[in-house]
Amino acid sequence: MAYFLQQLINGLTLGSIYGLIAIGYTMVYGIIGMINFAHGEIYMIGAFISIIAFLVLGLIGVSYVPLALALVLLTTMLFTAIYGWTVERVAYRPLRGSFRLAPLISAIGTSIFLQNYVQILQGAREKPMLPLIQGGFTVFESGGFAVRLSYLQLLIMLVTLALMAGFTTFIATTPLGRAQRACEQDMQMAALLGVDVDRVISMTFVMGAALAAVAGLMVTLYYGVVDFFIGFLAGVKAFTAAVLGGIGSLPGAMLGGILIGLIEAFWSGYFSVEYKDVSVFVVLILVLVFRPTGLLGRPELEKV
Amino acid sequence: MTAASGLAVEDEALVPVDWAVVLKDAVIAALVATLLALPLMGLQTYDIGGGALGIRTHFDWVAMAAAAVFTGRLALILQQRLRRGRERGAETIFARLAAWGNRRALPITLVGIAFALALPFLPFSSRYLIDLGTTVLIYVMLGWGLNVVVGLAGLLDLGYVAFYAVGAYTFALLARDLGLSFWQALPFSGLVAASFGVILGFPVLRLRGDYLAIVTLGFGEIIRILLLNWSPVTGGPNGISDIPRPSFFGLPFARSTPEGMTTFHQFFGLDFSPAQRVTYIYFVILALALVTNLFTSRLRRLPIGRAWEALREDEVACRALGINPTNVKLSAFGIGAMLGGFAGCFFATRQGFISPESFTFIESATILAIVVLGGMGSQMGVVLAAILLVTLPEFGRAFAEFRMLIFGAAMVAIMVWRPRGLLAHREPSLRLHTGRSTAP
Repeated sequence: MAYFLQQLINGLTLGSIYGLIAIGYTMVYGIIGMINFAHGEIYMIGAFISIIAFLVLGLIGVSYVPLALALVLLTTMLFTAIYGWTVERVAYRPLRGSFRLAPLISAIGTSIFLQNYVQILQGAREKPMLPLIQGGFTVFESGGFAVRLSYLQLLIMLVTLALMAGFTTFIATTPLGRAQRACEQDMQMAALLGVDVDRVISMTFVMGAALAAVAGLMVTLYYGVVDFFIGFLAGVKAFTAAVLGGIGSLPGAMLGGILIGLIEAFWSGYFSVEYKDVSVFVVLILVLVFRPTGLLGRPELEKV
Repeated sequence: MTAASGLAVEDEALVPVDWAVVLKDAVIAALVATLLALPLMGLQTYDIGGGALGIRTHFDWVAMAAAAVFTGRLALILQQRLRRGRERGAETIFARLAAWGNRRALPITLVGIAFALALPFLPFSSRYLIDLGTTVLIYVMLGWGLNVVVGLAGLLDLGYVAFYAVGAYTFALLARDLGLSFWQALPFSGLVAASFGVILGFPVLRLRGDYLAIVTLGFGEIIRILLLNWSPVTGGPNGISDIPRPSFFGLPFARSTPEGMTTFHQFFGLDFSPAQRVTYIYFVILALALVTNLFTSRLRRLPIGRAWEALREDEVACRALGINPTNVKLSAFGIGAMLGGFAGCFFATRQGFISPESFTFIESATILAIVVLGGMGSQMGVVLAAILLVTLPEFGRAFAEFRMLIFGAAMVAIMVWRPRGLLAHREPSLRLHTGRSTAP
């Protein structure tokens, strides 16, 4: 029981991170119907920028942890968002109206490019990060096994919760959110009614990248190491989360993220650590084969 | 309808360049580049020991990046202005090259094959060059195999390396456990890989194109993780070594004669030289690659090949005409997998050692890059792209380091400017004669 609870906590933490990345996939897919394969790389860039921001703050001498965290969060979101914007502008926008697989191939090219770009500039070695937030409390104890919830895990879940709440409100109430929902339903009609579709798509990439940046920052804090290759696996897992929840659906992305986090945690906890990635890929294949609309998605109409 | 033709506005007299607007645009681009470069280029992390990181500043790089983007953007805008109403420079060169290649396809092919055959005997040839040629040919063969799936049938396969791995491990296991030789195991490698292709393809091929891509990627990773962790059979991360080399009609290439056998150099009364084996291996892959090419270009003219291309162009129309899309896709997927399996079998015998490290996603991406850059569906383009990709690192360390960076950027650039590839041949092999050109 205690072990189960511990895995539940670990799974929820991991799931929060996947959920944040999954939102980027699901929003882009909902609006322009493409898989932004480079999104995992954006998250990796977010993680790198956060490490660099921490180092710079350390050099300047900002030692008050909450302030440092807030500053790093903001700078990471800002710079990563610019990466997201640029990727859309350079690699995807010119391809609207091209043949079916063109954006996906371009996205794979972008992903290869960004990975090697970071590898060349920052080196291939793992980048360590000294633990910033330590400690935690015992939630429950039985039979000598203490279930720990670290402050960091709590922080990750709370930040994710706050971001999700803020984000949902944003989509539901602001003019930009309304425009996004309009574009998702019918891009041509939205354009005819005066919505600047290009701007909406740009902003979607910016928001997705900003959320991925937060995920990158949290992963840096949580695991304490970052390398140029983390975007690949995290990207695939987050994409699986988006598909599982129903691609195009925001609550679905979060739900899918948490489910994937839980599956991974329980699989590692009860079966084998070696095959934890296989579990996620198997889930992906099963969902796509048996329920391509995911848990909360709407069926997709095939257009001629 | 391509992005490029969308950019080029219809015939129009040269508009006077509005410098204020152009400069503003370029300055904005340079500003964005500065912001992009600032954290990752300008601040470089490095180990200072003890699990800590230090930081180095490289603001000169940031300035250079900004300057490069500024000039690049300026040049791009001006070029777009100047070419209005005119033919587009680079576009035309490649288009002409492709057209020339199509017209003179036979002589070019013959010259290419003659060169490939003569390569080991040319005066400047060396063991290193033959080795390089072998690597190029492996990628050419893989490219041609993947071309069936991506180029002809239009299915994006991001896990092609899985079939390559299956072929390699099939041979390695057959050789280790049953003592089969390369030639005996070759058909099994293809067969097993094809079965994997069909088993995977059957449930997933009804998915939409981009979903299919992700599923194949997942499958590729599953195979790699299995190879890595199923140690009793696959040897785990240590892989399998001592894989037998191919023999020449039963004559092995060895310095010392194994018991009861005649070696190649004894049989032909030559002096032993390791170069003989290298040259022989080169000819084996050349033969395999040529058979692959012949096979796929014949298939393309059969009803099944026509169905692949038709399906790529319009799936809904195909279904309306009574083509079963799942079966047609399955055949393309299975044949592509089989060719990958053959290539894998050869890879195992050439290296003599295989481990999961050779079969990562990067490998899949590289093969895909070859197919995409060459122009999906073009046999000649695959050869050119494979030569470029394999030989680029040989020009120096800088090229080796920047190879994948360049290829990633090239994939994007090709999709933006020439979505049909450098030497495009995506025209369906067969089309109705309506009296007017339907080409865009």
